[in-house]
Amino acid sequence: MVAEAQVWEALEEIPDPEIPVISLVDLGVIRSVDVSNGHVRIEFTPTFLGCPALEVMKRAMEEKVRELGAEPEVSVINDDSWGTDKITAVGREKLRAAGFAPPAPRLVQLQSQVHKCPYCGSTDTKLENIFGPTPCRSLRYCESCRQPFEQFKTI
Amino acid sequence: MNEQALLGLADDELVLGWRDSEWTGIAPMLEEDVAFSSIAQNEIGHARAVYELIVGPEGDADALAFDRALSEYHCAPLVELHLLEWAHTIARRWLYEVADEIRITALKDDSDPAVAGLAAKIDREEAYHRMHAEMWHERLRDEPRFQKAVEELWPYALGILPAELRGELVARVGHADVDAIERETHTDELAPLWEEMTMVRRSAPAGAQW
Repeated sequence: MVAEAQVWEALEEIPDPEIPVISLVDLGVIRSVDVSNGHVRIEFTPTFLGCPALEVMKRAMEEKVRELGAEPEVSVINDDSWGTDKITAVGREKLRAAGFAPPAPRLVQLQSQVHKCPYCGSTDTKLENIFGPTPCRSLRYCESCRQPFEQFKTI
Repeated sequence: MNEQALLGLADDELVLGWRDSEWTGIAPMLEEDVAFSSIAQNEIGHARAVYELIVGPEGDADALAFDRALSEYHCAPLVELHLLEWAHTIARRWLYEVADEIRITALKDDSDPAVAGLAAKIDREEAYHRMHAEMWHERLRDEPRFQKAVEELWPYALGILPAELRGELVARVGHADVDAIERETHTDELAPLWEEMTMVRRSAPAGAQW
């Protein structure tokens, strides 16, 4: 019989398809896991509604549950339960180490408007484009170490 | 909120997503190429989520999005216009975002928690579309070409909102409360877009697997 902790452990192995340094669990998109009689129900909230990686993530979760010998049911919940504050501390550090500036806590970010360079830590950075290679990222430039970088949008 | 109004919202986002995506590859600046492509992707994502909400977990959102006759779409004429001219494109983006913010803010208080929850999620993403639109509005607001475009599109912009929410749009944009170009009428420019948008669905047999 599969246990809930095993499911969480398995889900931790699934990388985000667009930013593979972070797992779906660290990204905070898995809202709940419910196990009963060999049936695993996962509630999942996308980061952005237009995220093209949605189906890929859903299939990866179903596969992991089947590998554990259980029957998956993944529900996509389009409500307001996901925000960047749901990214775990471990997830933030992984993003930073890979050159993606992690979002500050929502209230701090919206009030301070300070964006730190993920490479040198300087706050002397400027916005190059609100939009970037995926919906969740902006493009910024660090005036201190002269390095362009991607900023995870605060949502 | 009733289903027809939800369909209006979803159709606005779908059709505007298509129109915004027409700049992909040909925008006047690389940065705007990225911005319009990203905004278009978000708008179509919002449309999908609203269609899914309407049809329910067992329903087919693609069928609702693409299998309707042209006359069954509820989008507002503003989003239908084929505007490959920068002043008008930016004027529409700005007017649409101001109107859409008023609509989404109202929807966040909807009595149906599923509608209110989805509206709140959409709102988090729209914040970035508003920043983009506002940035352009600040840059172009004193340009006669932009002012003329806003003037021309203004009656269309009013048509995005139901009558009870128009007062707020009038106050925010600062134009006179003129007769709106209403939803449920379509411009001639929707037909070619509908042809393109539904072409693949119409060419494949029903139930095709992709």
